[in-house]
Amino acid sequence: MLSRVADSIYWLNRYIERAENVARFLEVNLNLILDLPTRVQQQWQPLVATTGDKDFFDQHYGEANAENVIQFLTFDPQYPNSLMSCLQKARENARSVREVISTEMWQHINAFYWLVANTAKDLALADLNQFLEDVRQASHLFAGIMDATISHNEGWHFGQMGRLLERADKTSRILDVKYFMLLPSLKHVGMPIDELGWIALLKSTSAYEMYRKRSNRHLITPAEVADFLILDPDFPRSIRFCAAQVERSLHLVSGSPLGSWCNPAERSIGRLRSELEFLTVEEIIEGGMHQFLDRLQQQINQVDQEIFKTFLDRRPIHTHLQVQSQS
Amino acid sequence: MRFDTYDPEHFYDELFQSSQTPRPQGQVLIDKIHRLPDGELLQRQRAAQEALCKLGATFNVYGETEGTERVFPFDVIPRVISAQDWNFLEQGLKQRIHALNSFIDDIYNDQKILKDKIIPRELILSAKGYLLPCIGLKPAKGVWCHITGTDLVRDSKGQWYVLEDNLRCPSGISYVLENRQVMKSTFPQIFKEIPIQPVDEYPSRLLATLIHLAPNTISRPTVVVLTPGIYNSAYFEHSYLAQQMGIELVEGRDLVVVDGYLQMQTTKGLQQVDVIYRRLDDDFMDPTVFRSDSQLGIPGLMEVYRAGRVAIANAPGTGIADDKVIYAYVPDMIKYYLDEDPILANVPTYLCWEDQQLQHVLANLDQLVVKSANESGGYGMLIGTQSTEAERQEFAQRIQANPRNYIAQPTLCLSRVPTILGEEFSGCHVDLRPYILYGQDIYVHPGGLTRVALKKGSLVVNSSQGGGSKDTWVLCQE
Repeated sequence: MLSRVADSIYWLNRYIERAENVARFLEVNLNLILDLPTRVQQQWQPLVATTGDKDFFDQHYGEANAENVIQFLTFDPQYPNSLMSCLQKARENARSVREVISTEMWQHINAFYWLVANTAKDLALADLNQFLEDVRQASHLFAGIMDATISHNEGWHFGQMGRLLERADKTSRILDVKYFMLLPSLKHVGMPIDELGWIALLKSTSAYEMYRKRSNRHLITPAEVADFLILDPDFPRSIRFCAAQVERSLHLVSGSPLGSWCNPAERSIGRLRSELEFLTVEEIIEGGMHQFLDRLQQQINQVDQEIFKTFLDRRPIHTHLQVQSQS
Repeated sequence: MRFDTYDPEHFYDELFQSSQTPRPQGQVLIDKIHRLPDGELLQRQRAAQEALCKLGATFNVYGETEGTERVFPFDVIPRVISAQDWNFLEQGLKQRIHALNSFIDDIYNDQKILKDKIIPRELILSAKGYLLPCIGLKPAKGVWCHITGTDLVRDSKGQWYVLEDNLRCPSGISYVLENRQVMKSTFPQIFKEIPIQPVDEYPSRLLATLIHLAPNTISRPTVVVLTPGIYNSAYFEHSYLAQQMGIELVEGRDLVVVDGYLQMQTTKGLQQVDVIYRRLDDDFMDPTVFRSDSQLGIPGLMEVYRAGRVAIANAPGTGIADDKVIYAYVPDMIKYYLDEDPILANVPTYLCWEDQQLQHVLANLDQLVVKSANESGGYGMLIGTQSTEAERQEFAQRIQANPRNYIAQPTLCLSRVPTILGEEFSGCHVDLRPYILYGQDIYVHPGGLTRVALKKGSLVVNSSQGGGSKDTWVLCQE
């Protein structure tokens, strides 16, 4: 497979997954606000923090109120990680590999793009919830279509890597921010508002129902939630699950057996996955949740970089010596 | 919707002999449309357009920053060509392509046609498309123009003419294939009743043509489509063809010359490429030989090509035949190389390069269509009958400044086909671009792209100028 094509499929999936997560963040925050007593101030600042692009927001918007944050995350064409921008870039990438992906995938991305682009023109706030749900569904549909309509060959695996690395990154970010935000309320364990916050966190990662089923415990505690979202082996949005799947895809591409490595990408993901397998949430909390997640994000970035260097950027150095008519 | 009030006026209408009297090849179609319930046709027209939008059948418009991507408008009333007409066109196109290929091979090698003074040498030397680095090249199997799209028009008497030859990298075939697919799902019944020649064979034919170019020693050659990238106006088509043929779509940056061979960069390392179907202009293909500012090409490609280690379709250098001044000499080429009379006529053409003809052109600018020799897409032309005095003056200056670069032709009264405009049928002007493949032998794809001017009265059918397209039906021989 052409390196450029693998790169595009990888990013196509990352952008769709990113769009889905943006929609999740917003959706849950909107719901949370409905449940809050009116005297409690609306929480929009943490949402901005989740994106990791607070500087951009402060520069272009200033106050983190509902209107600003919604515009920022959904339709801002200048902000490179808004829903709109994600879909635009996903579609550009899809266009550049149209002949490789299935027609069904292409048609769906096209429709997905128009869903967002057309809504961007005039969206009544009342319809926002429906819109966000549509975005989430469209992302799921994309994953399903991709799964069911193209061969699970190299291209598909690069797509998986893109999607799952993005998901791991976003799960860690939302956990990081919510943990920080909800932490002061640890003193008030048992108060309704506290539990609401943690439920919102679980729901924003579609983890609420699965969490209840697995834990078999009726309490929602910060440690248990973190344990579930970071270390659960079976839940498809947990970081450990994502890491294991990325590793699997990498090995299916290279052909080397699991448990070994033949390139730096396999080595870094193998290391991350095994660390997550043998870690306990108590150890994480002891060392500091934020510190842990921070390092995790760096490791995820490193895997991304190594994949790029190993497979996607194979250009021999001398091709850069293109003859230019510069004087 | 009915054709009761439809009036072909004094134009040649492809479907009607006169008001209410369809041509034989249009009879069944018209009857079918008349039997549709009220509103049904408009409904199907909308559905067809939506289907194309969903397929992402778009083209890009140059010079617009926002919304550069547009869906090519489609009209569901097809253009129907009788078996007899098609037979004639097929013969004429085969003859023309044969002669053009001989011409290109000749001017880059022996130059007999120049030595025999059939075409003035200076016209060739001053042609933008004549590429000195191509002199002496001997492309595989002697074929230069593997894929051609020839623009045909019909005048008010129904007489066919060749309007332009496109030998560099003609586009539009993807619309032919998608239009047909949409039409088949829009009017499945009609396809059962009318014997229409299928078009789906094109990708297989094209692939066979490309594989034919590979050196015989390679049993499973790697064939690729080379595109300038997603911002090119015909990108949709490049990826569509690659997909239909099941081959890689590559950009210049995917390719590199290593150890004397052309290679593409894959996730598993470098892989040799044997045949390129290039959709990149000649000038951009190799910055070490042609335009040095090209970021789209592959440095060193021409050297590999010259050594016969990669085949390129169409061969670099074929652009010479797209020059509209050279076009005027095609009838002479047919005589010279084939010793035959041309089957298909050229539109009478004045060459501003010759002083007498120049004076005639300048004196009759309000009657003529003036075209620049090297532009396409409806750019750089003046339609005299629809121009203002100021526009004519400006064009006169341009012509005088560079007469070699301009030709003029009488304004043709292009034939028309009923087309849905708003909620009624209007006669709209059309042209036709059939596609011709030159591999082992010459194959003319049945039909081609019918482009239609969607502005009432407009003669410009180019997609970049607000044109649309129709499905083209070639009827089977009874």
